[in-house]
Amino acid sequence: MSMDVKTVAKVASLARIRVESDELDKYSRELSGILKWIEMLDNVNTDSVEPLANVANIELKQREDVVSDGNYQQAVLKNAPESLQGYFAVPKVIE
Amino acid sequence: MTELTNLTISEALAKLGKKEISATELTQAHITAIEKNRHLNAFITETPDIALSMAKASDERYAKGTAGALEGIPLGIKDLFCTKGTRTTAASNILNNFVPQYESTVTSKFWKDGALMLGKLNLDEFAMGSANTTSHFGNVLNPWKRNNGDTTDLVPGGSSGGSSAAVAARMVMGATGTDTGGSIRQPAAFCGISGIKPTYGRCSRWGVVAFASSLDQAGVFARNVEDCATLLQSCAGHDPMDSTSANLPVPDFKALLTGSVKGMKIGIPKEYRMDGTPEEIIKIWDQGIEWMKDAGAEIVNVSLPHTEYALPTYYIIAPAECSSNLARYDGVRYGLRVEGENLIDQYERTRAAGFGNEVKRRIMIGTYVLSAGYYDAYYVKAQKLRRLIYNDFMNAFEKVDALLTPTAPSAAFGIGENEDDPIKMYLNDVFTVPCSLAGLPGMSVPAGVDSLGLPLGLQIIGKPWDEVTVFNVSRAIERAANFTAMPATVVSKAA
Amino acid sequence: MAYLIRGETGDWEMVIGLEVHAQITANSKLFSGSATDFGSEANTQVSFVDAAMPGMLPVLNQYCVEQAVRTGLGLNAAVNKYSVFERKNYFYPDLPQGYQISQFLHPIVGKGVVEIDLPDGTTKEIGITRLHMEQDAGKSVHDMHPKKSFVDLNRSGSALMEIVSEPDIRSPEEATAYITKLRMILRYLGTCDGNMDEGSMRCDVNLSMRKPGAPFGTRCEIKNVNSIKAVQMAIDYEAQRQIEVLENGGVIKQETRLWDPAKGETRSMRSKEEAHDYRYFPDPDLLPLTLTDELIARIKATLPELPDEKKHRFMGDYGLSLYDAGVLIAERERADFFESAAKGRDAKLCANWVLNELLGRLNKDGKTLSDSPVSAENLGGLIDRIADNTISGRIAKDVFAEMMDSGTTADSIIDAKGLKQVTDTGAIEAVIDSVMAENPQMVADYRGGKDKLFGFFVGQVMKKSGGKANPAAVNDLLKSKLDG
Ligand SMILES: [Mg+2]
Ligand SMILES: [Zn+2]
Repeated sequence: MSMDVKTVAKVASLARIRVESDELDKYSRELSGILKWIEMLDNVNTDSVEPLANVANIELKQREDVVSDGNYQQAVLKNAPESLQGYFAVPKVIE
Repeated sequence: MTELTNLTISEALAKLGKKEISATELTQAHITAIEKNRHLNAFITETPDIALSMAKASDERYAKGTAGALEGIPLGIKDLFCTKGTRTTAASNILNNFVPQYESTVTSKFWKDGALMLGKLNLDEFAMGSANTTSHFGNVLNPWKRNNGDTTDLVPGGSSGGSSAAVAARMVMGATGTDTGGSIRQPAAFCGISGIKPTYGRCSRWGVVAFASSLDQAGVFARNVEDCATLLQSCAGHDPMDSTSANLPVPDFKALLTGSVKGMKIGIPKEYRMDGTPEEIIKIWDQGIEWMKDAGAEIVNVSLPHTEYALPTYYIIAPAECSSNLARYDGVRYGLRVEGENLIDQYERTRAAGFGNEVKRRIMIGTYVLSAGYYDAYYVKAQKLRRLIYNDFMNAFEKVDALLTPTAPSAAFGIGENEDDPIKMYLNDVFTVPCSLAGLPGMSVPAGVDSLGLPLGLQIIGKPWDEVTVFNVSRAIERAANFTAMPATVVSKAA
Repeated sequence: MAYLIRGETGDWEMVIGLEVHAQITANSKLFSGSATDFGSEANTQVSFVDAAMPGMLPVLNQYCVEQAVRTGLGLNAAVNKYSVFERKNYFYPDLPQGYQISQFLHPIVGKGVVEIDLPDGTTKEIGITRLHMEQDAGKSVHDMHPKKSFVDLNRSGSALMEIVSEPDIRSPEEATAYITKLRMILRYLGTCDGNMDEGSMRCDVNLSMRKPGAPFGTRCEIKNVNSIKAVQMAIDYEAQRQIEVLENGGVIKQETRLWDPAKGETRSMRSKEEAHDYRYFPDPDLLPLTLTDELIARIKATLPELPDEKKHRFMGDYGLSLYDAGVLIAERERADFFESAAKGRDAKLCANWVLNELLGRLNKDGKTLSDSPVSAENLGGLIDRIADNTISGRIAKDVFAEMMDSGTTADSIIDAKGLKQVTDTGAIEAVIDSVMAENPQMVADYRGGKDKLFGFFVGQVMKKSGGKANPAAVNDLLKSKLDG
């Protein structure tokens, strides 16, 4: 597979990264190169192989249902580019 | 008296314990070294005030007889570990001004043992790179130079290039690192120091800025194996806040560090003898094999048949996870915000300005391989290959106790080299990535220098949770190699 | 009887599936230790994990898992011993991680079934496709500032169960009955408070139209339908809209539409349509969730009796009508109240008292059963006095009114007010004699064949006795005296 400029634009939009039109070609070339390289995996037959998502061979950890965190509004908002009245503020979203 | 910055951690702890030196003196010596080596750009944020006040507290604890296991030892922290009240950037413009209000588990453990923080070390942006050339804060220089009069600045390796450079240049006694595909082992090799990535799940990832969650693992750098064992002892262990951290006891690494490999079976994977690997790399590897035999180990040839697929597998899984992990950098709650015409425009401008090229490339690849229609062909396929690669190792470990391989396919290269094609850069991790995919402990120790006087490392890979064997084999190599070469900057400083 | 809508080209049938998001009742969030109380100050119930700060990691709330299993068992559904948390990736300001941790390919609960009760007294089975666990998002507030939206993450990370039905629903009534029954089951189980006003239960409607018997048509998903009334209105509106489109030769576009409660219409959410690729993949911060048989069995053993079982038992054991049983079991507390009042007593009489007197009065007073001044025990005490003829049913109503005001027992009111019923035949006969003496013409008329006057005499006797005369005795004695 190669990534044409249209696909690059679509992927960039999904990833919410602005890509200027004059950058599309460069991305298309680079990303297609990488895709072509990773497609060597097609040489391996994996029909009967179980996918491996995580090597950690342990039970999923679970915690007790107790309130043990939160209640520090100031710390949560500390790094906010913009906060007003205890809220994070963003440009108005029209649904 | 030996220069304080040349002490190993063990030596320093002994002197501190006997009150021959104070933590404050030791810290001041390192602060001076940091100032002298600013041209290396190893630090993103220096914290001398924090270091000195922590040193003062250490001295008080020594006086009271309540010193911790690392009391008074000055460390550098990769700027991927969140440090409460100290800016943490991940070397990215998008976190340029981010000041965490919490402390990572790994660093908390160090501070609890009495270590102190000299500052936050440079790295590849979000740990994505193998040369420390993708940092928003500029590349890091390797303190080593070629000995043929060539003055080219060399890369320290990556992504933990600030860590390896700072340890090698005697600016810090030890440093934290993270390793996703080789980011501790390869820079350790490039800078002639030791570095270990423990088993996935050994150190908590809580408070470590995520790159690829199923691969990221914290580890440590120091100038010898024993110091690495001391440091890992401090920061390893179960963390209930990390669902992938293992609830297993941590062995007493230092007590079990005998350096004996007598009767051990050391595997040599034949697939690591790759076409095009420089002769000097093969030579140092063969040398390592000889050392192992001399030390009484049995050499066993093993096969890891899916080795050649490890890199492309990695370059599906890691970008996929990173594309999702980095979605939180949207300019809403913290970090950079670039205003736009509307919210979506703001997101897109923020992320375009906030991320560098390599990060964007990986986010885009990761987004693509997870997207509708491609998920099975790429992502699921890679997970299947990961299973095969994992099985390769498990099969090998039926026959051997540890594996010995080169750490990297070359010595440190010049800044700007391997930049023309992303894949060329990715190939740096050809020997380290398979171990990462399998979640195994891996360590690099300096084994010698090449014809240009640059350090070369050997990698020791162990069974899951068997860092003890990794340390012992590494110690045996270290002892045999008797690596005494010093980087140019340190030599000239001593002179 | 099928519910069909008459269009210009003939009858149309609705095909509806509902997706209900139910907030799991728990103290803390699904993956963090922050609180889940409703209505707190903005961004106070937020941890660094909920705000998706760099390096923060999720740890699963064990109780939420148990709650989901409990719900699955209550929906007669298959509990999956292996389930996987996956990331659903999309950007939205109230989604701090840039993804929602949800379950996709391997949900914790599979197929199940809910029996709904329809107004005509019939029941119908609605299939459950699946139930999965996921995180809630935060809240965007759009009306606090002219140019800004405000983001509150208090709800971010709260545990939800998404319960997806099969497209088995065919009318707004069935939809209502389904949500009502689902909410009842969740409340019985204690896994969700079902409070739609506070957003603890939210509903998305999938609707398509077809000619009866035809294959399914293209459906639209209607979001933000957050009350039972809104479900009905949204269904009616959307059905009409789709019929119009189809009858005018158009095609239905599969899309997400938003219910606008103010305008009473659904409208296309174009913004969300553009990039509809969630890129689900297993969350690498979490491992697969495995449940043991022991855990499932333990939860099963603690399941309460569920509404349908209880309804059938009330009908069988107590001889109640379907309607009365249905009203009594609508809330678990109500059913419990009834049962403890009815214990060892005339159950039908108790049911009447609970349904007609108690609930009627509470409703009038704007109270709920939990703040009823009359306890089940005290209501039982009142019914005992009716049963042993201490007071008549009529007097009992007065006593009950008094009990509601004072919160005391029937016995103390009966004693204090001397309401004990007169059963002494001599005393009653004396009253009858005086009534007959005062109304000679009526006596004559009655004896002359005007049977209907009997009621008049009963009334007079009761009145003269201050209502305390035992009605049965009054009847018997009157009859013999008048006839004699
Ligand atoms: Mg849904
Ligand atoms: Zn949902």
